Amino acid sequence: MSQINSIEFEKEIVMELIVADAVGKDYEAGDITVKALKDINFSLSSGAFTAFVGPSGSGKTTLLNLIGCLDKPSGGKLTVAGVDVSSLDRKQSAVFRGNNIGFIFQDFNLIPVLTVYENIEYPLLMVQNVPPAEREKKVIALLEAVGMIEQKGKYPDQISGGQKQRVAIARALVTNPKLVLADEPTANLDHKTAKMVIELMRKMKDELKTTFIFSTHDQKVVGEAETIFTLSDGELEGKSIHGGGDNA
Amino acid sequence: MEVETMRNLFKIAIRNLLRYKRRTMLTASLIAIGVIFVLTFTSVTSSFRNMMIGEITDSMLGHVQVHAKGYVASIDNLPLNLNLKADSIKFVEDILDKNPDIAAYSPRIKFGGMFSNFVETTNIRLNGIDPEKEFATTPRLTSRVSDGKKTLEIGEIFIPVLLSKGMGVKVGDTVVVVTTNQDGSVNGKQFKVAGILESATGPGGRDGYVHIADARELLRMTDMQISEYAIRLKDFSKLYGFNEKLALELSGQLNKMGKPIYEAHTWENLTPFYHISRMIGAMTFFIKLMLIAIVLISIMNVMIMAVYERIREIGTIAAIGTLPRKILAMFLIEGLCLGIIGAIVGTVSGAVLIYILNASKITFSFAQHTGYVLTATINPSDILVISATVIIVSVIASLQPAYKASKMEPIKALRHV
Repeated sequence: MSQINSIEFEKEIVMELIVADAVGKDYEAGDITVKALKDINFSLSSGAFTAFVGPSGSGKTTLLNLIGCLDKPSGGKLTVAGVDVSSLDRKQSAVFRGNNIGFIFQDFNLIPVLTVYENIEYPLLMVQNVPPAEREKKVIALLEAVGMIEQKGKYPDQISGGQKQRVAIARALVTNPKLVLADEPTANLDHKTAKMVIELMRKMKDELKTTFIFSTHDQKVVGEAETIFTLSDGELEGKSIHGGGDNA
Repeated sequence: MEVETMRNLFKIAIRNLLRYKRRTMLTASLIAIGVIFVLTFTSVTSSFRNMMIGEITDSMLGHVQVHAKGYVASIDNLPLNLNLKADSIKFVEDILDKNPDIAAYSPRIKFGGMFSNFVETTNIRLNGIDPEKEFATTPRLTSRVSDGKKTLEIGEIFIPVLLSKGMGVKVGDTVVVVTTNQDGSVNGKQFKVAGILESATGPGGRDGYVHIADARELLRMTDMQISEYAIRLKDFSKLYGFNEKLALELSGQLNKMGKPIYEAHTWENLTPFYHISRMIGAMTFFIKLMLIAIVLISIMNVMIMAVYERIREIGTIAAIGTLPRKILAMFLIEGLCLGIIGAIVGTVSGAVLIYILNASKITFSFAQHTGYVLTATINPSDILVISATVIIVSVIASLQPAYKASKMEPIKALRHV
């Protein structure tokens, strides 16, 4: 736990938010070992707007899961915000995610029994125990920022896919995380809505100085990223820089 | 866990229950039906049991009886040599007179004899009683007088209905009772039949009654002797405490060997109906076990389904950083709420059903008596115990699915289709 408690301190002294050093991930499928990721090396600094692209099965989601502390690498070392994610146990991982990482899912994954407002409030109330007044201030600010203030009392099944993803973005950002991970955030959206969602993510990144990493195989939204990593068959094939924010 | 977190967990649990309205309704109904069944069964059997105990204690036994040590063991022989003598009578009556918990007590001389209508002769068991004290101790005795008057004077006898029918004896007839006294000599006395007693099931249920003065005369007792004291308490619920205290006081007088001279027995030790009463208690217990099984299976089934259906939701909240114990609490609270709903609906419906049963004034028979009105009653403590059992079992039934949910790996849960 001391490692987690020292994160704030390490935030100041660590230059790179994410450092992957020869990271590998194997899965056992019966008698066969599938190498989902092979010898991945990269680093990302804070404030980046980064995309991992590649075809299905290239390892994008696996890599995002490792960065998001949802899974552990089979080999190599992966450091996120100065913490070696392999060293965290189950509870420490949950605390680390709750304090440092926001998630945006392909299927939005909003809690159906909670309203738009309550979905965004959930991490503050159930994960971070933020006092009510501060909670309300943060939730309202984000509802306004993502343009969902009018729909705050609606349930997820009463809003459109694009609106759901806006709510998911607000939920991911409400705890003011160092890093937001979005796995195929536009896969279930039409092109126009997808572009709006990516633009919203970028706007939020500029306003809140939060690092955004998203995976996609949609070439139309890839261009919005400042840094693009290309994955193929579990290997990092290339990196291209489109704009500022990257010093990897 | 903070109050606000708990409140939010309850909100999520209740909304999830409302999300699957039909399933929640079916499960809650199943639990409620179980509660209704147990409450009704408990109240009806309790009514029957109370009526049975009342009938036995108020028309024959009294609540507690005091005898000389060893009398109850040989009560079938009605041993005159185990009657209490003058010193003992004074000792026992002093104790009984001072006891504030006693409503009334009745000294009895019990003996056997031959009963004759001058044509036929048969044997009879008789109680020599002081009518005033006896009717105060066993107030329903007079209600068993089916024919004749409800008082007993010297020279009169109450005879059991079987004897009356079998020998064709009617109220007002003269009969003879012959008995052997303690010395072995035989004595007889004529009696006028004052009343015919309906039989009551249990020991003493087919006894006849004569005045205590007649009993002494028949048995040629120069000094007062008493076979037993029947005692009626002011508050029946104090039975066990009273009996213990009385036994302790009676142990103040010992025989030459230093052993107790007296024994005090509650009605339970004097009638086989106590075992029936125990059997009713055991049946109620098994009915409660069935309720527990119903709640356990139905809640566990629903919660397993709830966890299975919400695997991705569990993955999402776990990924966001919700601690496993909060996920565990989320599902436990859902089971708890379902149990509370079932318990409340079942208790209210059960109370209504009991009210309807009582309002219907259903009658039934017990032993020779007919026309007993069913008065189903349920103790608040029974309601509390049944409701608490349902709620606790609901939480226990939710434990396994909730634990499974809390231990779910977020990455696997998020992949679930």
